[in-house]
Amino acid sequence: MALSEKTREAFLGPLNKNNPVVVQILGICSALAVTVQLKPALVMGIAVTIIVALSNVVISALRNTIPSRIRIIVQLVVVAALVTLVSAFLKAFAYDVSVALSVYIGLIITNCILMGRLEAYAMSNGPLDSFLDGLGNGFGYMWVLVVVAFVRELFGSGTLMGFRIIPNSWYVANGGVYENCGMMVMPAMALILVGCVIWAHRSLNKEEEK
Amino acid sequence: MAKINTNSNVYTIVYATILVIIVAVLLAVVNAALKPRQDANVALDQKKQILASLNERNLGDQLSEETYQKLVSEETFDSLTYYVAQTEDGTKFILPVYGAGLWGGIWGYIALNDDKNTIYGTYFDHSSETPGLGGEIKTEAFQNQFIGKHVLNANGEFVGLGIMKAGQTADGMEQVDAISGATITSKGVETMIITSIQAYANKGFFAKTSSEISEAIETSETSETSETIKVEEE
Repeated sequence: MALSEKTREAFLGPLNKNNPVVVQILGICSALAVTVQLKPALVMGIAVTIIVALSNVVISALRNTIPSRIRIIVQLVVVAALVTLVSAFLKAFAYDVSVALSVYIGLIITNCILMGRLEAYAMSNGPLDSFLDGLGNGFGYMWVLVVVAFVRELFGSGTLMGFRIIPNSWYVANGGVYENCGMMVMPAMALILVGCVIWAHRSLNKEEEK
Repeated sequence: MAKINTNSNVYTIVYATILVIIVAVLLAVVNAALKPRQDANVALDQKKQILASLNERNLGDQLSEETYQKLVSEETFDSLTYYVAQTEDGTKFILPVYGAGLWGGIWGYIALNDDKNTIYGTYFDHSSETPGLGGEIKTEAFQNQFIGKHVLNANGEFVGLGIMKAGQTADGMEQVDAISGATITSKGVETMIITSIQAYANKGFFAKTSSEISEAIETSETSETSETIKVEEE
């Protein structure tokens, strides 16, 4: 099935040129909060991707019926209902996953990316394009989180995904000369890292700037 | 059919009402249908948490259920609930603890040896702490620190434990390391242990009869000797 230019752009755009975190500057709060380690960053990225994609489809399907004055509220109701249903099903059928995810639920609903895409895209485009836009924004968000979390976990704790990378023997406490960079665990450092990612991204995409 | 004016007042009110009713009914139906399964999951999870405080972790659903039924019984002490486990290492007393973290509730189970003093194992959990920071209280690495620590002071009074940042010493009680970057949650665990178990201490849970006291003195002298031997062997 050949996808139209617009449909392809809906998915590919947010991965690079229209990245939600780096270009649209959305979703920064959770990008700082859950990137202390790589595993929570991955879980959060996947969760946001699924919710954004699904709620984009629902709102897009309803877009011609929603009264303009209450559209933000309707979007919120749909997202909240969706997240509650997903979490209820997980609690009944995949309890361990639901416990692990329960911490993120609050962070997902308040993620600016969600409302941003619903209002900017799903309200004016068809369900398939909206679904791909949701997937693209979710993955675009996820790769930025993974990059920041990779640096923060490696230099802040010496581990990746919980596996020790920097050998224990290198640490000062064990006779070596190395110490974990304590600042990496702080949100301030995460913001600096996101700034660095934006800097690198802008340099590589200079031709896009006007 | 003529196009409905979606911005008219009547339409807006009717739409909002219908949307709310549909969502409310959907959520109510789904919740009611799933509740029995969810409750069963929650009950099993609580049993797994109690087993985790006994250092029995990652058992899987069926084995957890069987092990729990075999080892643990629920008791009351003057209207406070606690659990007793008959393990291979002797009788253990498991006290539930509840407290506040940074963003939400935290809770756990502390398993004490039959001397009601030495910690055999712990389990901590949380509802909304930040993953990687306060969330670390759920890891084995944090929980295993407590093994072997004592919650009573030399006079047999309950003092709890300090959860201290690097370089700080607890006053009058033993201590473990706090989680770096998660001071409030770590202190929340400390307060939780002290406050929750104090309720048991106030009702006389840790009071010893005089024969228990002399038995305890004999046991601690023997165990100190065997600990010294172990160190030399290593």
